[in-house]
Amino acid sequence: MMRLALGKVKDVRRRKNYITTLLVILATGFLQTLTASSQNLLISSFTPLVVHVAQTQPAQDEFVPIDELPPEDQLPAAPLLIAAYAFAWIALLVYIWSLWRRLGLVERELADVARRISNRSGGA
Amino acid sequence: MILSRWFPAITVMAMVFFAGAPLMIARAPYESTMGLVQKIFYFHVPAWIAMFSAAFVCGISSGIYLFKGKKLADHLAVAAAELTVLFGLIGLVTGPLWARKAWGLWWQWDARLTSALILWMIFVAYQLLRQYGGPGSDKLAAGMALFGMANVPFVYWSVNVWRTIHPTTNVVPTLVPGMSEAFLWCSVAFVLIFILTLSARVKLESHRAAIDRLYLSLDD
Repeated sequence: MMRLALGKVKDVRRRKNYITTLLVILATGFLQTLTASSQNLLISSFTPLVVHVAQTQPAQDEFVPIDELPPEDQLPAAPLLIAAYAFAWIALLVYIWSLWRRLGLVERELADVARRISNRSGGA
Repeated sequence: MILSRWFPAITVMAMVFFAGAPLMIARAPYESTMGLVQKIFYFHVPAWIAMFSAAFVCGISSGIYLFKGKKLADHLAVAAAELTVLFGLIGLVTGPLWARKAWGLWWQWDARLTSALILWMIFVAYQLLRQYGGPGSDKLAAGMALFGMANVPFVYWSVNVWRTIHPTTNVVPTLVPGMSEAFLWCSVAFVLIFILTLSARVKLESHRAAIDRLYLSLDD
């Protein structure tokens, strides 16, 4: 019983180490997404739209103020895109963190039970 | 047991795929009508793939638990149900953010969106039942998980039967080069993170059961 409990503590500890590493990498990836999306997307987001407009629309005779466009065309895409990716990353990070925390609690509890069993077997 | 041996390798692969995902998405071509906002697709659809996989794992293992009474199947079902809620939440939040720009509205009560919301709520109910249901709730929750799994093909196919503004299931098989690689990359990343978190969560549930057994042995 004692060996089983100690083995499980080790197993949980090893798994917790992997999860910690994964958490660090996910956090790095999240930061990378934020920087890559804000730089890369801001630069490149205008290009295809300009090309698309040039290919499909006739020459412009007058300027149209943006508030005269339909509401969905006035809405900038970048904040929605960044919000979507940020939510996905944060949800995954929070879940993995909660898993890591729960594994830690289980590890402590297993160690506690193992100690109690060893005390009892030592006393007997 | 087999998964435990592969855990480090899958962890490394998941890290590589998640680290590379932003670059793959940034390099993917823009869709002609939606432009930049369409790039939400690369996390939105893989999240649903992971959610449907989790719902299937939960349903099948719940069936095994109901009919064979295997405890490991119950641990797997609990773990998969939690992940169904997680990935479903990602899909349900990223979808409206995309729709706001592409459709001009946050939500529409069409067959796809409504059935997806109901599917997600079934698994939230599963969680609540397991948490607060008391003795016997495991069997009741297992029945609910079977019902939830049966709902998955309906959610997937609904978009082809009741045509609305939501794209059909034909979009993914017809993705152009550039888009298809980014989509595949992100799908693999999500499947890997699903396998990893499922494995860790099953272990957590098994260890909790082991602690209960150890406490019982202490009492004896």
